[in-house]
Amino acid sequence: MPIVRTSGLTRNNQQLNRGIPTGGDERAADSKAPTLTQEPPFNIIGQRMPLKDAFKKVTGEGVYTDDMKFPGMLYARILRSTEVHAKIKRIDTSKAEAMPGVRAVVTGKDAPNKFGVLPVSNDETAMAIDKVIYAGEPVAAVAADSEDIAAAAVWAIEVEYEPLQAFLKPKDSLKETTPELQLHDKVDKAFPKSNIHKAVDQEFGEVTTAFKEARSTPNGTFLFDGINHGFTEPHAVLAHWDADERIILYTPQQVPHYTHRALAKVLELPMHRINVVRTMVGGGFGGKSDPFPHEMIACLLAKRTRRPIKLTMDREETFLVNRGRHPSEIKVALAFDADGKLTGMDSDALIDGGSVGSFGVVSTYYNGVLSNGPYYLPAFRYHGKRVYSNRPASGAMRGHGSVNPRYATETLMDMAAVELGLDPCELRMRNFLPENCLTPFHKFRITSNGIREGLQEVMRLSDWKNKWGKMPYGRGIGVGCGFYISGSALPIHWNKLPQSTVHLKIDMDGGITVHSLAAEIGQGSDTVLAQCVAEVLGVNMDRIHVRSQETDLAPIDLGSYSSRVTFMAGNAARDAAEKIRADLAAAASKLTGQPAKYFDFTGEKVVCRSKPSVAVTFMEALHEAQAERGALIASGCYQAPPLGTEFKGSNAGLSPSYSFSAYICELEVDPETGFVQPLKIWAAHDCGRALNPLAVEGQLEGSIHMGLGQALTEQMRYRGGQLLNGNFLDYKIPTPFETPEMEIVIVESIDPEGPFGAKECGEGGLAPIIPAVGNAIYDAVGVRMYEVPMTPDRVLRAIEDKKRLGK
Amino acid sequence: MPKQILKMTVNSRAVEVAVAPNKTLSNVLRDELNLTGTKIGCDMGTCGCCTVEVNGKARLGCLTLALECQGAKITTVEGLNQTTMHPLQRAFAECGGSQCGYCTAGFVMKSYCVLHENPNPTREQWKEELAGNLCRCTGFVKIYDAVERAANELREKAPVKPTPVEVK
Repeated sequence: MPIVRTSGLTRNNQQLNRGIPTGGDERAADSKAPTLTQEPPFNIIGQRMPLKDAFKKVTGEGVYTDDMKFPGMLYARILRSTEVHAKIKRIDTSKAEAMPGVRAVVTGKDAPNKFGVLPVSNDETAMAIDKVIYAGEPVAAVAADSEDIAAAAVWAIEVEYEPLQAFLKPKDSLKETTPELQLHDKVDKAFPKSNIHKAVDQEFGEVTTAFKEARSTPNGTFLFDGINHGFTEPHAVLAHWDADERIILYTPQQVPHYTHRALAKVLELPMHRINVVRTMVGGGFGGKSDPFPHEMIACLLAKRTRRPIKLTMDREETFLVNRGRHPSEIKVALAFDADGKLTGMDSDALIDGGSVGSFGVVSTYYNGVLSNGPYYLPAFRYHGKRVYSNRPASGAMRGHGSVNPRYATETLMDMAAVELGLDPCELRMRNFLPENCLTPFHKFRITSNGIREGLQEVMRLSDWKNKWGKMPYGRGIGVGCGFYISGSALPIHWNKLPQSTVHLKIDMDGGITVHSLAAEIGQGSDTVLAQCVAEVLGVNMDRIHVRSQETDLAPIDLGSYSSRVTFMAGNAARDAAEKIRADLAAAASKLTGQPAKYFDFTGEKVVCRSKPSVAVTFMEALHEAQAERGALIASGCYQAPPLGTEFKGSNAGLSPSYSFSAYICELEVDPETGFVQPLKIWAAHDCGRALNPLAVEGQLEGSIHMGLGQALTEQMRYRGGQLLNGNFLDYKIPTPFETPEMEIVIVESIDPEGPFGAKECGEGGLAPIIPAVGNAIYDAVGVRMYEVPMTPDRVLRAIEDKKRLGK
Repeated sequence: MPKQILKMTVNSRAVEVAVAPNKTLSNVLRDELNLTGTKIGCDMGTCGCCTVEVNGKARLGCLTLALECQGAKITTVEGLNQTTMHPLQRAFAECGGSQCGYCTAGFVMKSYCVLHENPNPTREQWKEELAGNLCRCTGFVKIYDAVERAANELREKAPVKPTPVEVK
């Protein structure tokens, strides 16, 4: 598999210098001086290695929440609303409470405190109070001696509803309405009588002029169905209120820290009396990153019964919790000059947030601002609105906020290329942002950028030049590009704490314990932290033990979302390890008489650089360093540097670094049925440096598979607000038959600030595949797809419309 | 519902449990026998996470009533690791065929059963055999790497049948 190494920051930017500030005080590369350990050769970094917890997973030894059993444990079930939007007239739990084996019943009034992942929209309660706002919302919950009793008791609860007018189309939520019909008391300040959760308006540069002077102005309105993460592990939590009056919550969380905060609010307990324990996470993809009502419910029942409570959902309930990608209507126009240079963008996004806020404020910004790359954009206008509706809530999902607008933009790029008579790849090449620059308005600081090399490589591998526009009817090839943040630079909760902190402990046994709250969710978070530490200390991986489960033991980390772990927690781990390394170097110096700064750490030895024959073993250095001191302890941290500029919402999209991707897809369309069969994907992703290429490939292959699902088959379908397909039979995730061969190209641009030069690779690789598919369909059968997923009926309709209308 | 006694051999061990007739094989393995390596992803036969071997064939634990397994010989993912890790398990770990790990036991057990019937499946045959198992993390690529590596390894280890020599 080719690894394209780009030239880091040494290449000059003249080839694309169009007034993008790159010099003087605007220069981006104000990074930390490279440390000794930034440079190769490496022992551990760059090795293909299995994930640290893989052997536990393949043997069945790994413990997920539903695998746990505690003495005296009770089982909980949730009663969910059957109504889409209704007043709760009456809840009668008496029959349920009287059933043998039922230990407790709780309703919304037992926990009225509101919570939510974003402090600006704390609009959720553990269960509905007075009113339900989607079919599937928790209304009451039961704890009983067995799951069967709990399930029976839930149905013995009587609820009387008075239905209200439902908001099922986003456009209905834009209208003025009565307070009774508002889903939440807090809505966007500019629209106080509506169901608009958040509105964003941004305009920079001469947008009107750009369109007036443009040679090509492709535009379109694109519709996207909502999709779900579809992780294989259904939601499951276990809560225990112990004899010390503390609550311990076992939960497969991507962000234990936010759950920790929310629990304190809902349970009215100081945070130190709560221990959130992350169990193994059977897939997250953003769908396990909100603090959840079911987490609150389990804790409430545990408090009520003083017994451990296990609450495991079935698959349909898991779909109803949702937080998947927003159903969206995105209208975009681009302006190009005669040379194919992008001169302006005008976009308008209406996204359906469903019942609650979740990450929605961020999603509303991301749908616009994450269009400011990977192309240089000198004029930008964006109107975005996220509305509340009576559907399960949308939230963060892999590629959060960037995926749907990316489809729109990349499709329009292709349309412009056709109109201007340019190769679509060439058009993109003319517009890529250079490395080491700031975007003109939002001041996104692009450090390393290997997209150009990536696109060249996938063009070569796919034989693009001999295929695009040259294949028989029904067969096509298409391109899509993208970029993504490597961790959000600003924390959700404003405070002065570092975004990532890692603690290390090394005692005389020589084992190195890494404490972190970055969540291993299958992406390899624990492995990355272990690699960073092992590399700095020159030791083998088996010395490193990562403890990243519980808030009691781990320093705060903002967890596994926004593709932040490798960059932020990785840097914190490296920082901590470098402190230990200094201690060990001082000890080696004492033992050998050589100056401390001239030691290398490699192969479990501490070696004098100028005299390699002078060396001590890692253990000798460790024991000397421990003399009269005991275990070596270090704390390392990461805080993003000050970035961006100042206007309302200017923080959205800021990241210390950005990943870049360029994908090409070849496929076949059956013009008789509209069925699309992807044949091969060539995918180049610039991840800075691949710390573990095996895991990087895995992330990209998984992103492509998930993106193909959204492109071709996945959609959450509703009738009257009721979810129709909350199961894996009707919600169609691609099987091996729909999943084509993939060729992954890792582009290593070596980021100046990433740990050992690394950037993200878990999310950015999703977005480009969808437009690559859409553009390949155009190449195959000459139709543009304005609705995603591009299901056979939609493709067929487009083909027939083209025949009928001759366009 | 009155419970009935169910006798099976699970991972080479004779077991006897009292089981209600509505319980599935997944329920009994996980809740009664504490073999939690077998996962429940959908409980309706659509994800393959609960695949186990029943009398030599791959079966979905969630679609098999436990009492159907009277006298059956069952192997779960734990049963493949009794003395050393099975080559399939090692390959899934080392090739990156397991990310979040929730589907892994199902894939390992399905592949294990596939290899009983066909020690050398082609890529197309693997696709067909594994199509009932859902993995949301890997895009299946590293899973093919794993099963193909394990299949090769198992074929190399398998006792070679003596080739008859033609007598002249």
